[in-house]
Amino acid sequence: MALFPDPFGTLLGLQNALDAFRRSDWLQSSPSAGGSYPPLNVFRKGDDFALVAEVPGISSSDLEIQVKGRTVRLSGSKTVKYPEEASVHRRERLQGRFDRSITLPIEVDQDRVTAECRDGILAITLPRAERDKPRSIRIG
Amino acid sequence: MSGSQELAVREKQELAQQEEKTAPGRYYVPAADIFETDGALTLLLEMPGVAKDNIDIQIENDVLRVEGKINSAAYKDIEPVYTEYNVGHYARAFTLSNKIDRDAITAQVENGVLTLTLPKSKEAVPRRIAVN
Repeated sequence: MALFPDPFGTLLGLQNALDAFRRSDWLQSSPSAGGSYPPLNVFRKGDDFALVAEVPGISSSDLEIQVKGRTVRLSGSKTVKYPEEASVHRRERLQGRFDRSITLPIEVDQDRVTAECRDGILAITLPRAERDKPRSIRIG
Repeated sequence: MSGSQELAVREKQELAQQEEKTAPGRYYVPAADIFETDGALTLLLEMPGVAKDNIDIQIENDVLRVEGKINSAAYKDIEPVYTEYNVGHYARAFTLSNKIDRDAITAQVENGVLTLTLPKSKEAVPRRIAVN
């Protein structure tokens, strides 16, 4: 299996081990602890962050995203429908509403946030606010 | 069944492989719903991240095999800093009964959910018999 590096597996394994010890505090305590729906991954690209969540079967009109300062709130609902006369043999897809917020270690530029939902994957690009970026100071 | 309940996370299950894969990468079992109406069986599979062109559906020896490949190139230039789920391809197989009309199976995908409609063959559709 270890033919090529798998950053997801490695990080997920490490995090699970840490969680067994105590809750991960990367995203600070409480509302953003793992186990909330939808499951999400956070990526960094240079100064900016990207939040990726798996939301299969949810149309973009059922998703609401709010951004303020360092916090991103993701809420919505998922419905699984069957025809009335159908007999259900197997039901693994879950439905319900969700609401979770994530606190990032950077301040987000609200006006430049973009979101895209394709093939059941929601990707939110969170550019770092200009005033939050470190400034290099030239030594005179 | 009301939509007001809180939605829980369903842990992804890694596929217990019966045959060896030669391509690298993890495979997961997509969550599936199966329901039956008078005329057809409907199969819904959740495969987030799989584009329409990367879904492969095959029927061989009464086994319906669905495989969905994700595009891992999208994750190439970015560095993961926090993860709650793992990313991988999807594969799942279902054994079909001979009540299914194989030639009439249709598939469509929307928002990462694949819907397969398996119409029943004529002999298997229930008939109402009127009492005179």
